[in-house]
Amino acid sequence: MMRFVLAFAAFFAALPAWADINIKEVTTPGGVNAWLVEDHSIPFVALELRFKGGASLDPEDKRGVTNLMVGLLEEGAGDMDARAFARATEALAASFSYDVSDDTLSVSARFLTENRDAAVALLRQSLVDPRFDQDAIDRVREQVNSGIRSSKKDPQDIAGKAFDALVYGDHPYASSLNGTLESVASLTREDIVAAHKASIARDRLYVSAVGDITRDELASLLDGLLLDLPAEGAPLPKPADINLPGGIQVVEFDTPQAVATFGQPGIDRDDPDFFAAFVLNHILGGGSFESRLMHEVREKRGLTYGIYSYLMDRDGAKLWMGGVASANDRIAETIDVIRAEWDRMRETGVTAEELQNAKTFLTGAYPLRFDGNAPIARIAVNMQMQGLSTDYIANRNDMVNAVTLEDVNRVAQDLLDPSRLTFVVVGQPVGVTSSIN
Amino acid sequence: MRQFIACLSLIMGAAFPAVAQDQVTSFTLDNGMDVVVIEDHRAPVVVHMVWYRAGSSDEPPGTSGIAHYLEHLLFKGTDTLEPGEFSATVAKNGGSDNAFTSYDYTAYFQRIAADRLGLMMQMESDRMVNLRLTEEDIATELNVIIEERNQRVENNPAALFREQKSALQYLNHPYGDPIIGWQHEMSNLGMEDALDFYKTYYAPNNAILIVAGDVQPDEVRTLAEQHYGKIPANPDLPERSRPQEPRQMAERRMIFEDPRVAQPYVTRSYLAPERDSGAQEDAAALTLLAEILGGGTTSLMAEKLQFETQRAVNAAAYYWGTALDDTTFTMVVVPAPGVTLQQAEDAMDEVIASFLQTGVDPEQLERIKMQVRASQIYARDDVGQLANRYGRALTQGLTVEDVQAWPDILQAVTAEDIVAAARDVFDRNKSVTGWLKAPEVTQ
Repeated sequence: MMRFVLAFAAFFAALPAWADINIKEVTTPGGVNAWLVEDHSIPFVALELRFKGGASLDPEDKRGVTNLMVGLLEEGAGDMDARAFARATEALAASFSYDVSDDTLSVSARFLTENRDAAVALLRQSLVDPRFDQDAIDRVREQVNSGIRSSKKDPQDIAGKAFDALVYGDHPYASSLNGTLESVASLTREDIVAAHKASIARDRLYVSAVGDITRDELASLLDGLLLDLPAEGAPLPKPADINLPGGIQVVEFDTPQAVATFGQPGIDRDDPDFFAAFVLNHILGGGSFESRLMHEVREKRGLTYGIYSYLMDRDGAKLWMGGVASANDRIAETIDVIRAEWDRMRETGVTAEELQNAKTFLTGAYPLRFDGNAPIARIAVNMQMQGLSTDYIANRNDMVNAVTLEDVNRVAQDLLDPSRLTFVVVGQPVGVTSSIN
Repeated sequence: MRQFIACLSLIMGAAFPAVAQDQVTSFTLDNGMDVVVIEDHRAPVVVHMVWYRAGSSDEPPGTSGIAHYLEHLLFKGTDTLEPGEFSATVAKNGGSDNAFTSYDYTAYFQRIAADRLGLMMQMESDRMVNLRLTEEDIATELNVIIEERNQRVENNPAALFREQKSALQYLNHPYGDPIIGWQHEMSNLGMEDALDFYKTYYAPNNAILIVAGDVQPDEVRTLAEQHYGKIPANPDLPERSRPQEPRQMAERRMIFEDPRVAQPYVTRSYLAPERDSGAQEDAAALTLLAEILGGGTTSLMAEKLQFETQRAVNAAAYYWGTALDDTTFTMVVVPAPGVTLQQAEDAMDEVIASFLQTGVDPEQLERIKMQVRASQIYARDDVGQLANRYGRALTQGLTVEDVQAWPDILQAVTAEDIVAAARDVFDRNKSVTGWLKAPEVTQ
């Protein structure tokens, strides 16, 4: 039982780093760009591939197809069926994981130096030549369906889904990337093959590698791995139109603890005020035990086990999000406290001491992220996707330190918008009425 | 595919350990506090942990949840630190901190720049003996842990199911009580319960210090002697012995119904031996047995239930060998649509029978051993995880030497050992079979 486990992958953990990390930019003879951190102390490599677009590339009537396709990449390739592929991977003690989010298709691999070529050949087959056998499609489809059914009775998932449906209109973000039982049932092998071509292409590719490999070795590895992928995929989705009317939507569900998801408009990473907003969020609800929301809702009143807020920077939507759970008869008070804190922050801003503490934490914690091949590889690939350059690592703490009290408090007034702070509450909340249908 | 199985194999992975032994140094302070140092000089980071050999299974009867409640209360202040000041100080120094409680241990940790290690030791040693609580602090925190239970258990029918099932598995041992506590007992926990537990178990001779990261063993020793070495041992530390299981002579079965269950499944757990110091062979065989039967796509359960037939959406076996007392070997089958729980359970039994008849596929065993060997290389990339591995082992009856011997013991397991372990463990008289389902809807 952890004292408090952050219920979401800290959005900012994906950002940058550390002056001593020596990132080399590599362009292969075949034209693949990658970032490399060479470190020969442990005989393996962590490799990260990202393809922009992700599940938002689903055609309108094929919701869930990218997710199903990604689930099938490890289910047979070349002349190997699903089990032969798994046996080959195990025999090399390599690990390949394939995942998809709203904006991104991710491939994370690690493999030993002693059998690197064989491992990469296997990975290549899964990306370039997946089989999509009908029996594998049927098997994975049932696993997806099982997840969809469970999700319908999970208060956290119900809240997320209702919030997305309310906020994102007709954008793919409005529905679950798993699809529905109906949409998944209708997917054919042809749909899956098309989703593969649409999403795994070189025009949207980002690559990082960390570990026991030289620049030249990496260049030839990447050309072998990636040059047979299509040069271009499907057009990337357009931004979403955001509907955040303010107020509360209650979704009735028979469970003892109510779960709330809330949000208001956010800020783009490229905005000049981004760092001020980032520091502001840290003080409001990003800083775990030290945040105002945690202090007021948990430490002072014991209304919850955990509460958090974060800046969500999706490719097509910028939101300021948060989450909390309280017993049905206490959630009304929790929501009141959150709203009061939103108002207070907007009206009176942060203190100089709060700002100083936030900066000390954020600048001190930053280098601690770079503590292994796998985490450095993830950070390096995410930096590329965010359009950052390698010297960002050396400059990032200066940008945090440059934020002034005036900046933070101006941004609090400009950006925090209690009138658009929108809650979805799932459960049987006492004393909470729906103002949104 | 991911989902479901993923979280099970994580448990499995954690059972595969170890690290280049020259990375690890261990010693004991004069007051009995054990120290383990794990070096990794790639980044100027350190993980500082103190583990107590006290968990929920060491609680006095009727006070379930007190070990975990006390863990929360350790953030509430000492003679010299205000409530919340501990975490605030860690944060001001760019670090993060947390704590966790299990059946056999409670642990506190910080992750911070390596040059702040002394400050962490100063604060952690302070709260080992100087805790100061007010009635108001503890009343608010009681609400927090009740909400924690709501979030983890009451809102999750699968968690309620597991809780009931553990209670059936253990006839006498406190592993049958939930770590977070039974709801009706939690609400009665108070100051005296917390302080009794604290005074009994929080002492250097019941603690293990683990420091992992960019540090030198000599430097850790000097700092540890300065901060922890001055705290006297507790001469009244009780010997650690819990009520043990009697002979289990009849299988137990349960059906747990909850309208919130969307995906029914069947699971069976068998009482099983844990890793014992100097005698880890049986646990090693069971660890490999779980991989062979239900460790993923290439396992026997997947072959029989997902590939040769399509009776299951998912199927897995898992065994968690690191425990102070008897543990469990567990199998789970998530039936495909149209397959009943009875059919799923029968399918599970077919796999067991088939394995006992045909034995181990030598190629599969070879692949698993290759992965064990590789896991020693991959493990070096995450010293935080290594620190956890030593902490769990040392609070659960094992030694540093046991942890370091484990990979070789796994390598030495033979096909015959695995079949013998299976014959021993699959004793229905020591088992609990549970069905998790939604109530039938009457027309």
